[in-house]
Amino acid sequence: MSSTVQPRGATKIALSVHSWLVYIFFFAPIFVLIVFSFSDGRNVGRWGGFTLEWYQGFFDHNQIQSAVWVSIRVALLSTVISVVLGTLAALALERFKFRGRQVFDALLYLPIIIPDVTMAVMMLLFFSEFFELLDAWFNLDWQKGFGSITISHIAFNISFVSVVVRARLAGMSEVLEEAALDLYATRWKTFRYVTFPQIMPGVAAGALLALTESLDDVVVTQFAAGPGATTLPVFVFGLIRRGVTPLVNATSVLMLTASVFLVALSLAFQQFSGRGGRSLLRGGREAVSTPNNQMKKEIYQ
Amino acid sequence: MTMVTVRPEEQEAAAAATPEYEKAASRAASRRGLLLALPAYAYLVLFFAVPLGIVMIYSFATRNRFGGTDLSGWNLEAYRKLGDPIVRDILFRSLWLAILTTLICLVVSYPFAYFMATRGPVVRNVMLIFVMIPFWTNFLVRNYAWRVLLGNDGLFTNISEAIGLGERELLFTTSAVMIGLVYGSLPFMVLPLYASIERIDLSLIEASRDLYASGFQTLRRILFPLSMPGVIAGSILVFVPSLGAYVTPEILGGAKTTLLGSYIVTQFLTARNWPVGASLSFVLMAVMLVATVVYFRTGGRNL
Repeated sequence: MSSTVQPRGATKIALSVHSWLVYIFFFAPIFVLIVFSFSDGRNVGRWGGFTLEWYQGFFDHNQIQSAVWVSIRVALLSTVISVVLGTLAALALERFKFRGRQVFDALLYLPIIIPDVTMAVMMLLFFSEFFELLDAWFNLDWQKGFGSITISHIAFNISFVSVVVRARLAGMSEVLEEAALDLYATRWKTFRYVTFPQIMPGVAAGALLALTESLDDVVVTQFAAGPGATTLPVFVFGLIRRGVTPLVNATSVLMLTASVFLVALSLAFQQFSGRGGRSLLRGGREAVSTPNNQMKKEIYQ
Repeated sequence: MTMVTVRPEEQEAAAAATPEYEKAASRAASRRGLLLALPAYAYLVLFFAVPLGIVMIYSFATRNRFGGTDLSGWNLEAYRKLGDPIVRDILFRSLWLAILTTLICLVVSYPFAYFMATRGPVVRNVMLIFVMIPFWTNFLVRNYAWRVLLGNDGLFTNISEAIGLGERELLFTTSAVMIGLVYGSLPFMVLPLYASIERIDLSLIEASRDLYASGFQTLRRILFPLSMPGVIAGSILVFVPSLGAYVTPEILGGAKTTLLGSYIVTQFLTARNWPVGASLSFVLMAVMLVATVVYFRTGGRNL
């Protein structure tokens, strides 16, 4: 790049100061949160000496512990199911033409772009109607809980997985698959030995994205959860509304650590799958996730 | 090229056979595709399309005296309620806040993205990763962090007291909600902007400067128009979620300034006016659909 294009002098200084300020804005709140999760005393604004009391509190809190387990179980189950369904859907859309393809394509995008609140409302009304029907027809008294949370998570995770896997499939030539078929491999063998190894990084990134989405979701889960079970974010959301406590600080830091760990795992995975330095960023982008911002997945295609 | 002589009858047979064979092959492929898509298709119809239909039906229903909903006798009452002063205020307030959030994100992100795009590859990647780290962390936790910072005896208040600005209560105001929204959505503006600025042939800027354009003229006439796809994509990615935000206003906002997301939730959980909640959800979704169409039309997908 020629040096005349780069900003110089006062402009450069201003831009660089601005960038540092943006980074301070990004990281200061997280930093403060982490520091004060180790602070003794109920006052969350003044340093009261180092303690691990609040972390101890996290592990001793029965409701938090059961919410953690619900979260993990929901995340794992919904990820496994949505990875299978989402990958099949991606294969169908990228490799085949079939009747109803366009409708399916649109339907698959909707859960990503629909506002959280709308999806939450949909789940609330659906389950209330559904359980009423079950009760009226089969005399089954089912309630919202683990099952309804998992069902709603799968509904948005299928889309996230299929978007990521499709991006991978679209960048992949069909030549190898055709070669395998020409050499008398069965369709299953072609998938097993040719297609799958190639889309594996996409499937893994999709799975991690689904896992993160499921672990992060508050709004949809809140409406799909019942007296039977709540996930950690929904429980913490309830605590936050009642006020700031050091226990919530500690819990938040642990949630933060978990999501950073998942991302690091995703990056490491992308590195091992051997696509060099650039894939590090691309992998990160594929694994990017936050619940309230949904259309963003589009930019990474 | 070698000429192959084909007897007329063979030619005829081939002409007749090929379409038949190809038709069968394409039918088989179509069946296979449908079969692969079927599980996800069925799942989404049952657990997404049907719920969406139910919300639509409810938006035409009437609330009865007991807080329940009568599904018989469809009407537009719930949509008429959108003109109600209270609801209209909430709609405008949410709209205004979403626009303001988008503009602030744009103004803050643009110089940042430009600076990032003009760095060398290593610095650029490091900068990008540090934009993505807050982006990956749990959304709820990021909002909570601001609550800790802005709170009653939080760091912000302590600092403002120490500097002598007096006790300044930011928490539970619309400003706090806006800070939270900007914080949550800034990366969604930075990334598309960066992607589109990085793509611009920067020698055009050099040419503009060589032709005696001022820095501002270059920005206004060259850089900004060329980065327009990024500006549009980023604005939509920030605007739409801000409009329907629920978690941020719940954590940082006050009771006096209700926003659309919270209002919808209230209609379902406490006010028990499901038709109004359903119709507002539909309005929100319509805005989102329009934005998505704009987004794809302007080539946001190619970023």
